[in-house]
Amino acid sequence: MESRAKILQALSKKFTDSPAPLPEVKVFPPVAGEPVDKFEFILRGIGGRTVRVNSYSEINDFIAKEYTSNARIISLVKEVSGSAITPDIDPHTFENVDLVILQPHFGVAENGAAWITSDRMGDRALPFISQHIALVITTDSILHNMHEAYDRIGNTNQPFGTFIAGPSKTADIEQSLVLGAHGPKSMTVFLLSVNR
Amino acid sequence: MKVALFVPCYVDQFYPQVAIATLELLEKLGVDVAYPESQTCCGQPMANSGFEHLTHGCNDNFVKNFSGYDYIVCPSGSCTLHVKDHLHATDEKAAASIRSKVYELVEFLTDILKVEELTSSFQYKVGLHQSCHGQRGLKISQMSELVSAPFSKTEKLLHMVKGLELIKLSRTDECCGFGGTFCVAEEAVSVKMGIDRVADHVAHGATYITGNDMSCLMHLEGILRRQQSPVKVIHIAEILNAAQ
Amino acid sequence: MEQKIYDHAVLADKFNKDASRVDWHDKTLWFIREKRDKAAWQIAEWEELRETASQVKNNVLDNLHDYLLEFEKQAQQNGVTVHWAANAEEHNRIVHAIIKEHGVSDIVKSKSMLTEECHLNEYLQQQGITVVDTDLGERIVQLAGEPPSHIVLPCIHWKKEEIGELFHQHLGTPKGNADPQFLTAAAREHLRQRFMTSRVAITGVNFAVAETGEVVVCTNEGNADLGVQLAEVHIACMGIEKIIPQRKHLGIFLRLLARSATGQPVTTYSSHFRKPRPGQAMHIVLVDNGRSERLQQESFRNALKCIRCGACMNTCPVYRRSGGHSYQYAIAGPIGSILAPGLDMKQHADLPFASTLCGSCSNVCPVKINIHEQLYEWRQVLVKSGHVSPVKKAGISGMAAVLERPGIYKFSGAVGRWFMKYIPVLVNNKLNPWYKQREMPAVPRQSFNEWYRQNRKQNGKQS
Repeated sequence: MESRAKILQALSKKFTDSPAPLPEVKVFPPVAGEPVDKFEFILRGIGGRTVRVNSYSEINDFIAKEYTSNARIISLVKEVSGSAITPDIDPHTFENVDLVILQPHFGVAENGAAWITSDRMGDRALPFISQHIALVITTDSILHNMHEAYDRIGNTNQPFGTFIAGPSKTADIEQSLVLGAHGPKSMTVFLLSVNR
Repeated sequence: MKVALFVPCYVDQFYPQVAIATLELLEKLGVDVAYPESQTCCGQPMANSGFEHLTHGCNDNFVKNFSGYDYIVCPSGSCTLHVKDHLHATDEKAAASIRSKVYELVEFLTDILKVEELTSSFQYKVGLHQSCHGQRGLKISQMSELVSAPFSKTEKLLHMVKGLELIKLSRTDECCGFGGTFCVAEEAVSVKMGIDRVADHVAHGATYITGNDMSCLMHLEGILRRQQSPVKVIHIAEILNAAQ
Repeated sequence: MEQKIYDHAVLADKFNKDASRVDWHDKTLWFIREKRDKAAWQIAEWEELRETASQVKNNVLDNLHDYLLEFEKQAQQNGVTVHWAANAEEHNRIVHAIIKEHGVSDIVKSKSMLTEECHLNEYLQQQGITVVDTDLGERIVQLAGEPPSHIVLPCIHWKKEEIGELFHQHLGTPKGNADPQFLTAAAREHLRQRFMTSRVAITGVNFAVAETGEVVVCTNEGNADLGVQLAEVHIACMGIEKIIPQRKHLGIFLRLLARSATGQPVTTYSSHFRKPRPGQAMHIVLVDNGRSERLQQESFRNALKCIRCGACMNTCPVYRRSGGHSYQYAIAGPIGSILAPGLDMKQHADLPFASTLCGSCSNVCPVKINIHEQLYEWRQVLVKSGHVSPVKKAGISGMAAVLERPGIYKFSGAVGRWFMKYIPVLVNNKLNPWYKQREMPAVPRQSFNEWYRQNRKQNGKQS
């Protein structure tokens, strides 16, 4: 612990007579238009897919058309079909999961990201190890920007949370965009309309 | 209004026509221009090389020559910026006064003289090289990095010149690679930057490359002449002073 | 560290021997700068965001002591073990000790510029531990035995054909296949095996929130997450300046980071690691390595605001035309050139001179670091500390002596021009780096000063 004391002592020296105050974080006016439209536009631009649906059964139909019955599908959304997971299972066993279906808390229009915490992941590895990922977001839970996002997150205390914006990707080889670097090769967001 | 003409050392030695054009242009616009004859240099060549501590004598000479004027006008953004940011002297009060009164030619024309029309004529396709110190340092024009409304004091003046056609460039404000002693210390990169800058102007059909700084233009001219290109460089003062 | 043999100018000269490759490198990076511009212009409040981010970071630097303590307390409450390392060696020892404690010999690591700065990979390899970099770009340069050439785009200097050949040799892909899609799929297979078997995962840290004790790690590939979630131990390594006060400040920084870096609206994953997963151990290593000392230096302290987006590199006309390796430091480009001399002035004395001081870096920077002004300041410090060649010193001193004496200046100007005009071989030779690829300016008959005295003074106009 010698270094701790040493570093803290070095940092306790006064650098300035007038330390910079913490600025107020302004509330920036949201961009005009429906956030859900913007979300859809942005997410498609970064390699995601959006599907507008009116009911959970439409989601089930959609998935049934894309995946054979042999596919290993895990669903953490109770209205969407798929197997559940047993608690305390070794995450390495998810290696052969074809599709995971999750329900994030909300989406963010300005960047196409969705916020999801570990309590909604089943296992923290699932959103990353699955070959494909699908998210169900209701159209009334799309926020305008990241400031609104952190307002909404507030001081919730989840062990782990992440913004996911599209499929895993890389452009490390000559700036050619390739979807499916290490994580999911595709991301589908079902935008579930709600009557307001 | 008492205005002193500050002529960069390399302009004095190699491009006297630029200083002559500046002088004539200012006089045409009704300014009474004095030329302090014992001036030498702003000290930037030393300071940018890390030898600011050796510029005291040079700075004192600068202060001696340029004290007591309402404005000091210089046909170089780079030298002007250096004086504005780094002129310190034995007589610090006089130095501070000079720092607040020194203007690059274009900004003096647009901001102080508020020139709205010119009688000059220049019937060529011209590419504008935005020298970094004038652009980003003195804010003579908006830089492409910022999300802010565009403006250009230099272009505003060029648009007043009869017959002049200003070409568009692929990269509006990329550095030419002169950079003071950088041009010899980092010869390979400096030259490559210059070659690329020249190519952008040539590709867009420039007959002349102009700018607010003869140092950048000297570097580009060196490359153009080595390429035996018909494209020429010309300081903005020469264009603005070009007779009808 | 060994004293380097070549300085930036020499390596840049070497890089420029292949002009078409320089063009390719320049255009690739400029393309990213353009994507950044496009993304920034989507945000009307972009400049306000930069200003706010800058102010938050200023506040952090002025209160780092308190924020670190708050962060430590929160992290410990979250069940995380917090370590403090005064320097690179201690950081490496701490990381090694954790790995040893778990009896592991193969580990995965996602991108961390701090571990590059500390040369962690080399250290661990000397201790018999195999480190696999899991970011695709980093894996490519690792296979090639090179350091990254860019902090965000580690193998931006590699062509796809060369990567195809590298993968053919190391991963057994078919010779001649240089399709990025194919090569990425091959790397995915190769690295999946590593993810599945590694019990320790190291990550860097983009932001550490004092208020919550959580660390935020941003990737596009998902490699940090995959590594951490499949491992028994997560070690997050961070410089002490990565702290931000509150969660809500992430809103500002995450809006700026990816847009500045690559023009993306946000990275694919922005993961907030607060508590270890059940059964997992989580460690955070806080590293000083010269940072507390840097904070004392008024002129240079705000370089610590850097969020490692790489925008200054993409915009830098010198970086684009000299390549990352010419800087010989983990962080290349403008920001590296002001960080490196702070760690070792002698070793990195060349870097502050590898710039034209054009100022593009300072204006593209999302946290408004005055990079080009610091480059200028470093030049003054380096020269005063004697890190300058005697030839240059003599030359500049001579120049200063002339320029402070108007009489001598006029005389030597006239003499100089006379020589250039009548004995050009004295100037136009291969020893003159100007003349190598550029013509000298044509020599006028007289200087302006001479013209003025002849034409104006005699006409009665007096200065």
